Amino acid sequence: MKKGKKEKGGIFQRLRRGLARTQGLLVGGADDLLRPGRGLDEGLYEELEEVLIVADVGVEATTRLIEGVRREVKKKGITDASEVLPLLRQEVLEILQPYEAPLAIERTGDYPFVVMVIGVNGTGKTTTIGKLAHRFGSQRKRVVVAAADTFRAAAIEQLEIWSDRAGAHFVRHGSGADPSAVAFDAVKTAQAKKYDLVFIDTAGRLHTKENLMEELKKVKRIIGRELPGAPHEILLVLDATTGQNAIAQARTFHEALEVTGIALTKLDGTAKGGIIVAIAQELGVPLQFVGVGEGVEDLQDFRAESFVDALFSQTT
Amino acid sequence: MFETLTERLDHVFKKLKGRGKLSEKDIKDALREVRLALLEADVNYKVVKDFITGVEEKATGQEVTASLIPAQQVIKIVHEELISLMGGGEDNSLKLSGSPPSSIMVVGLQGSGKTTTAGKLASYLREKNRNPYLVPADPYRPAAIEQLRKLGETLGIDCYAPQKNDDPVQIVAKALKLARSQNFDALIFDTAGRLHIDEELMEELLGIKKVLNPSEILLVADAMTGQDAVNVAKGFNDVVGITGVILTKMDGDARGGAALSIKAVTQKPIKFIGTGEKLDAWESFHPDRMASRILGMGDVLSLIEKAQSAFDERQAEALEKKLRKDEFTLEDFRDQLRQIKKMGPLEDILGMIPGLGKLKGIKNMRPDEKQLVRLDAMVSSMTAKERRNPRIINGSRRLRIAKGSGTTVQDVNRLLKQFAMTKKMIKQVSKRGGKGISPAMFPL
Repeated sequence: MKKGKKEKGGIFQRLRRGLARTQGLLVGGADDLLRPGRGLDEGLYEELEEVLIVADVGVEATTRLIEGVRREVKKKGITDASEVLPLLRQEVLEILQPYEAPLAIERTGDYPFVVMVIGVNGTGKTTTIGKLAHRFGSQRKRVVVAAADTFRAAAIEQLEIWSDRAGAHFVRHGSGADPSAVAFDAVKTAQAKKYDLVFIDTAGRLHTKENLMEELKKVKRIIGRELPGAPHEILLVLDATTGQNAIAQARTFHEALEVTGIALTKLDGTAKGGIIVAIAQELGVPLQFVGVGEGVEDLQDFRAESFVDALFSQTT
Repeated sequence: MFETLTERLDHVFKKLKGRGKLSEKDIKDALREVRLALLEADVNYKVVKDFITGVEEKATGQEVTASLIPAQQVIKIVHEELISLMGGGEDNSLKLSGSPPSSIMVVGLQGSGKTTTAGKLASYLREKNRNPYLVPADPYRPAAIEQLRKLGETLGIDCYAPQKNDDPVQIVAKALKLARSQNFDALIFDTAGRLHIDEELMEELLGIKKVLNPSEILLVADAMTGQDAVNVAKGFNDVVGITGVILTKMDGDARGGAALSIKAVTQKPIKFIGTGEKLDAWESFHPDRMASRILGMGDVLSLIEKAQSAFDERQAEALEKKLRKDEFTLEDFRDQLRQIKKMGPLEDILGMIPGLGKLKGIKNMRPDEKQLVRLDAMVSSMTAKERRNPRIINGSRRLRIAKGSGTTVQDVNRLLKQFAMTKKMIKQVSKRGGKGISPAMFPL
């Protein structure tokens, strides 16, 4: 991949680089927020609100956050505007930090650790699996990748390329095959040949499609029947570009399947994925990964500090 | 789409409707709610600001002459502003000009749905008696070329096969040459997904544009996009100059504020919407319908259009007569069921009915398509006499009907009970002169 090789660096640098480029596009004079000597006026809170809304934090969570800041300001007797933003930053950090939880692959005896990957169309499920397979492959884990997206044209081929790249064992059936059968097959194979990990790719589906959600439940059920305790992780892939609908997605997928982790992709653009703040507050699902590019290395553990820094980076 | 915004505005305007006259403060209150609703619908912060200012100015301006504005007037202004912001009255048809073949470039972020859209577009053009040719210009994403090839195969539309190691500019140049030597007249170039801030790849897009001199450069955008929609749209528009927008994934429950945002920053028409993964899930964009939907007036026009294509007018007339005379039978009911099935997925139809989204419980209600089949089977298992006069259906008849239709006696009981209730309801409605109610909606 051409772009994967282009730039490396920590997530923070990558995030900032993306965000720095968007400064010119952002509305409002956020710099003003930090100017020492500025008093506390209504305009200040409006600007804070704008920063959060523009980051897709959402009206409700934003209102709650601003109210919290107002309380703190009062309590601490703050009179200078430059002290307000750090308060807000701290508040967001406190929401996210408890859910900062990198994926921990626990030894499960002879059994493989099974990760089922789900999400709506186009969030980057297949790419994320490719990166995951690469990551654990390079940690000398023996990995199986299962193509349970049998619906979308060439989804199997796409995953196969990623799987080969990562040196994983690839399990596939034909296009249009039953996704549960593919998952079953993958788990069986992994059990028989003592693989460490199984990643199951599923077809993208809008959370509003009842029958397709049922299909996912079935995949989960079949895996669990074959291997008690599996799938050990259900990873929901969310696109950072998505607005408020991401809450509905997370909520519905969680209700149906009990999501155990979230990967937030496409953070290398100008979108900030602020919706994750509202999702953490409402659902309390562990935040595991962030995707920051198309290369195999461009998947990082979620770090609340870096994320919050990037969220407010136009003002720091 | 837009459901919650609809509910919100409904709520706002209910407050307005509650009083006869409005003060300047009333307008401000209403617009504050409108603002929140728009933000929740993912309309960009600044776009919302402009919108609210525009509406306020119009409303206040009218106040000078009337001093007090009826609630309807505010609704009308908000509605009109929404329509005009989304391109009402504009020509948003596809422009394939110049000497054939015309080229269309499909551009956008990763995962927005470009490849599927390219397939749908090709299918649409063929319907319009064009001879389309698909060109996959994405050698980066694994199997992207294969994906378009397969879509082409499914549709029976030719797809260019790029040579290995050709870069996108080489691919499009060769494909263009090949297409010219054959009689293709509409070429669709599916480009790789890219970030609007990726200078190298945006440069490449410009290179492709120079080779093709395309009639259309269509930005494919996900209807679920948040605040960033303005940055993305502006980024693509500034560099390559888009000519139109296609909104995808409109079949979800995203409120779709991105439509307003993108239109506002690019001033380019939204031409089509994608409404599903199937290759025929594709519609023209109608700003007025969308605005009506936002305002809780439901997507009435779409519903009417669908109903018109499914319902036989003479049948409808006959039905209405029967309704008035209270002669509605189970046979008529079965006809209705069948017509409803012709209109497409029930969920879609429900979404189009004004105000239905407001009703508690309806939101979580998933109409069961199979239920329609079961109802049909039960009615079909009755004798003609039973259908005309359900009162004669006793226990043993019920058992026979249940067996014949593969259902249970309880199912049959429920059907008969609901039918009786519906008849009663129809009677009441038609007494009040209610017209056009569809009795077949009752099993829901």
